[in-house]
Parts: sequence; structure tokens; C-alpha cells
Amino acid sequence: MNDIPQQLVNGLTNGSLYALIAVGYTVVYGIVQLINFAHGEVFMIGAFGALSTWFLLFRDNTSVWVLPVMIAGAIAASVATAVIMERIAYRPLRHAPRLAPLITAIGISVFLQEFVRLFYGTIPGFPSAKSKIPFPAIDGVTGSPFHLGSVVIQRPALFTMGALLVCGLFLGWFINKTKQGRAMQAVSQDPDTARLMGIDVDRIIVIAFALGAALAAIAGVAQGLQNNNIDFKMGFMAGLKAFTAAVLGGIGNIQGAVVGGLTLGVAEALATVFVTGAWKDVFAFGLLILVLVFRPQGLLGARVVDRA
Amino acid sequence: MRLRSVTTVAASVLATSLVLSACGSRGDNSNSNSGSGGGSGEKTATIGVIAPLSGDLSALGLGIKNSVDLAIKQANQNKMIPGWTLKLDAKDDEAKPDTGANAATALAGEADVVGVVGTLNSSVAQNVQPILSTAKIAQVSPANTNPALTKGAAFATAPKRTYPGYFRTCTTDDVQGPFAAQYLLEKGIKNVATIHDKKTYGQGLVDAFTKEFTAKGGKVVAATTINPDDANYQTAITAVKGAGPQAVYYGGEFPQAGPLSNQMKSAGLAVPLMGGDGIFDPKYISLAGGAKANGDLSTSVGAPIEELAKGKEFQDAYKAAGYAEPPGAYGAYSYDAAQAIIEALKTSLASAQDAQSARQATIDALGKVSLDGVSGNVAFDEYGDSKTRTLTVYTVKSGAWAPEKTGEVK
Repeated sequence: MNDIPQQLVNGLTNGSLYALIAVGYTVVYGIVQLINFAHGEVFMIGAFGALSTWFLLFRDNTSVWVLPVMIAGAIAASVATAVIMERIAYRPLRHAPRLAPLITAIGISVFLQEFVRLFYGTIPGFPSAKSKIPFPAIDGVTGSPFHLGSVVIQRPALFTMGALLVCGLFLGWFINKTKQGRAMQAVSQDPDTARLMGIDVDRIIVIAFALGAALAAIAGVAQGLQNNNIDFKMGFMAGLKAFTAAVLGGIGNIQGAVVGGLTLGVAEALATVFVTGAWKDVFAFGLLILVLVFRPQGLLGARVVDRA
Repeated sequence: MRLRSVTTVAASVLATSLVLSACGSRGDNSNSNSGSGGGSGEKTATIGVIAPLSGDLSALGLGIKNSVDLAIKQANQNKMIPGWTLKLDAKDDEAKPDTGANAATALAGEADVVGVVGTLNSSVAQNVQPILSTAKIAQVSPANTNPALTKGAAFATAPKRTYPGYFRTCTTDDVQGPFAAQYLLEKGIKNVATIHDKKTYGQGLVDAFTKEFTAKGGKVVAATTINPDDANYQTAITAVKGAGPQAVYYGGEFPQAGPLSNQMKSAGLAVPLMGGDGIFDPKYISLAGGAKANGDLSTSVGAPIEELAKGKEFQDAYKAAGYAEPPGAYGAYSYDAAQAIIEALKTSLASAQDAQSARQATIDALGKVSLDGVSGNVAFDEYGDSKTRTLTVYTVKSGAWAPEKTGEVK
């Protein structure tokens, strides 16, 4: 029982990670009503992008100034993947029945996983991605943890929570204060009218994909730092949990994604305390079913007015 | 138009890569028939290999194949079985039970096959056993450690031999756990936390460890599990940390154990992690963070190859044969498995008209084999398990596994 404060910290850390990924599901859903099941893979490719940047430019250098460059590399890889994915796989299906893009998303997810698994190791100088690859331990954000009474707060955990805070503030500013952000809100409310008002809907959709991908990339780096390793499968479970978080908070609602992610993380951690670790996924998905039965619109609701 | 050309390129790239990979796997099979070269007029008997020759575990699988190939070549050179030439037929099981079953069916259909060395994975063996058994083909595994394969599902309480044609040259999981327990108690470690991955192998190890450890006066202060699909184990670590264990015994494999050890130490639980042969791999150390893993322990079957009387001889012969891949963790056991089959064939083929009619006689002869192999004395008990129960505790010292203590289970 005296584990509770520590487990809350663990839960908030995992929850922050889920939230960062969940935003990508929710932004895209809010605009094109598409569940992009390949978003977990965008997260995975972000982590590989960061690792590749490190291998190419820094190899063996773990100074803290390397981190921003790695994050930039991660974002570049994720955003490129998401934009190409939208262009090749989703745009041609924009007016197809709903089921078609959904199945396509699952196909892309499998394709990207296998592509990384088989292709990554063939690049000269890169390790094989067929099993887990150790992630560099960057100074400053990894290393000796902080102690708060009996609670241990690890540096990567602070990085993850800090990243969620910064990204959340940035998103709030972007959606509400910039022209592009307001155009996103308009498209999510009524794409046809938005188009009549002179908004380039295709462009806004690309921005939505890119925005979600950038956050997923940061989450990828955070996970790499936290778990000390990455692999081609990491996007699958993380994507599923983040999707759960998005639905939990109310899909299409950005604040909802953040609240949903944190709730899910804490629920899992508390399940470990009160029941046993083996049951934590049962609790996570059980919570999803309960919310869907009693509050199908999610905790905060898919508020139509500002659901971008 | 532009979009279409992008898709066309992508599609053709995909198609090309599929064709290339198909060629690759076919190439693997075609060069697996070696070890021939006998004079004309001689009869042929084939020893099959079923192991993962492609995929994640191919390093181990190819080591198995090469070691068997070496044993067969030596037997042919020395004319160990007069009038007969031995051949190798290696099949890829991709570490998958259903592919393994197909490989076994293919081998069972070949009239010349008298024995099979394999498999690597216990889960694959479960599917291979019934097929080879029906065809009365002897099977000797160099690597299956699941006790149920020889002694049946109730191996601890009511052991019963399931397949009379199945033997193995390695030791089983039910002795690894107790060996680890005895080692920790010897080192004065009395309070241990256990974690496993809920899989047959991991849970079996932890159960056997706990039984022995508590019986000999140790205390399991916390027990929990992890989900093998997870990558972050903080919740499990927090759950055991409060109990103040002096060591953590982990049942599972290195892809989870490495990160677990790393995250344990990051979270301030700086005690050694100990596991079974599933974590005895260099990759464990890199995942556990190199120097952070110093002091972690594992048990593995047999004695370190350098310390064995015939170990050097085997390694030299293997090197001289010029195989592309190293023998791996199970090379010596595979070589011994092949040697055991060859020894049995000396008896069974002596008066046989053809290979197929000698199958049952080969199984009977295998049970009586006793030879001085690379891994020690090769002989089988009434269940088909190796009589040699040597185990070694390894510890991580400056970035590599170093043998710590070799012994027999008491």
C-alpha cells in the first residue's frame, strides 16, 4: 500500500506517453473521421528516426545538446512518414466507404513494422532491427534519479511529463491562436462550408497528420530514454493504449486525449497496487468498456464545437 | 499522374523485395545437402535436422545444422558404418510450430531418414514429436529444455514417457531453477523477489526455483509478473522494491530481462538479476546497459565449452571445416546428438537391408548409447533425458558472461 505514491508517478509517466500519442489519433479523427491505426507505427518510426540521427551524427556522444537534434530527427522521420502515408494511402480513399481507409490503415501498420524490421539492419552501420536495439542514454535526461521522500522520480519520467506540458501548451496556442489552427477547427466542424470559405481542406488534413506525427515522435524519444531500448513492435501496444486513451477522453477532443491518457496510465498503475500487475491490461481495457457503455462520448465528450 | 508513378514504383519495389526474399529462403535449402561423397554401390541413410535456419534465431539454428554436418562428414571420412554413406537433410522450422510440423512430415516421407537432430524450441518440438514418432524416426534434441517433452504434462508428480523415440542431450528447466536457488543460498542471499513473463518456460523456472529456495531456508519476499509485450516494467519494479529483496530471480528470456535489469537499476533497485539459459546471451548485456549489468547472473546447461576435455578438439574441427556461422550455444550438444545417432546406427544398420527398416532398431539402440561426447558423457535415462546434469552459473563481468561455478544438481 505504501507503494501508492510511487505507482502514481509511474502511472503519470506512462499516461503522459499515452497522451502524447493519443493526440495524433484525436486530431486526425476530428478532421477526417478516420481512425489511423498506423499512428502507433508513426510513433515507432519517430524513435528509430532519433536513433538513426544519433548513429549518423553523434555515435558514442551522449552530451545533452545532442537531444534537441535527435528530437528534430525523430520529428522529421515521423512527419515524413505521416505525410507520405496520407498522400499515398488515405487521400485516394477520401470518398471511399469508411471501411476502406480503416483496413488500409491496418495494412500500412503491418507494412511499416515489417519494413523497419527487415530494412533497418541492411543500412550500412545500423544494427539489425529484428530484435530490440539499445537506445543511447543521453546525459542529463537519464542517470541518477531524484528522490522525493520515498518516491523515486527518474529523469526520463520528468522529460516525458515535461514534454507533454510543453506540447499541450503549444497545441492550445496553435489550435486557438493561429490561422491554420482556426482553419482546422473550421474543417472539423463542416468541411464543405470550410472549403467554400476558401480553406484548402487537403492542406489542413496534411497539417493534422503532421501535428499528430510530431507529438508521436517526441513520445518515441521519451519512450526510448525511459526503457533504454526500442524495437519495431513498440508501436503496436502503445498505439492500442493511446487509441484507448483517445476514446476514453472523447475522440476528436484534444483535452480529452490528454485527460484520457493520464487516466489510463494511473488506472493501470493502481491496478498493480490493488490487484496484481498481471491484471493491469484487463483493467485498462475494462475501463474502456465501462466508459463506452455509460458515457459513449468519452470523459470530456467529443465536443463538436472545438473538437479539432 | 505523378501519384500513380509513385505507387507504381512502390509496388514494384515491394514485388522485387518479395521475389528476392523468396530466392533467399530457397537458397538456404539447396545448400543444406552436404556430407555426401561416398563411393558408388554404398547404401545411403539420412540424418535430418529441424531448426530455425532463417529469422531471429537463425544464428542458433545454423550452428546446430553445421555441427551435425561436421559429425556426419567425420563419420563418412572414418567409414564408421561400413557399407553405408550418411547424408544430411536440414529443414527450416522458422522457430514456428506449424512450420516445424511440415518439416517433420517432409522428413518422415523420405525413405532414407533414420534420425533427426532438433528442434531448438520446445514449442516446435511439441508438434514435431508425434509426427516423427508415428514414422518411428529417432529424434534427439540439442536444446529443448521443457521437462514435459520427455516426462509428460505431469512431469513433477507422475512422470510418464510420452514418445519412446525422443531423446535430448541438454538438461531441462526443472533442474535450472533449483541450481540457481542453491547458488544464491550459498552466497548468503536469503531474500529474493521473483518475476516471470507468464510463459511456460518462465513460470516453470520460477516455480522450480521457489520450491527449492523456500525448502532450503530462503524467503521469496515478493512475487509478480510482467507482460512480455510491455517495454516499461516500472510498475512491477515498484511492486517488488518495497520488500527489499537482495536479488531478483527472473523467469523469461533476454529481450525482456535485459531492459528489466536496466530499469531496475535506474529505479534504484541495485541488486543482481538472475535468470535461466533464456537470458544467457550477449544481447542481454547490451540491453541491460553494459556496465550496469555487472553482477547479474544466469544458469545455463552444461559446462563452458572451453573447460571441456573435448571442447577444443570440437572447436578446431569446426573451424577447419570453414563454416560461415559460429557453432552457437547448442553446437556442442548438436554434435553430440548427431554422434549419438551415428553410434546407434552402427548397431541398427549393420544387418539392415535399407534405411527405413532400421528405424525401430535405431531407436532401441539409442537408448543404450553411452559415449564420451563434447558436452560430457552422452547417455539417456529411461525418459530419454540426458544423464549428465551439469549446469553452470555465469555472471556478467566487464561486459561479458563469465563462468562462475560449474556443478551437478544436488
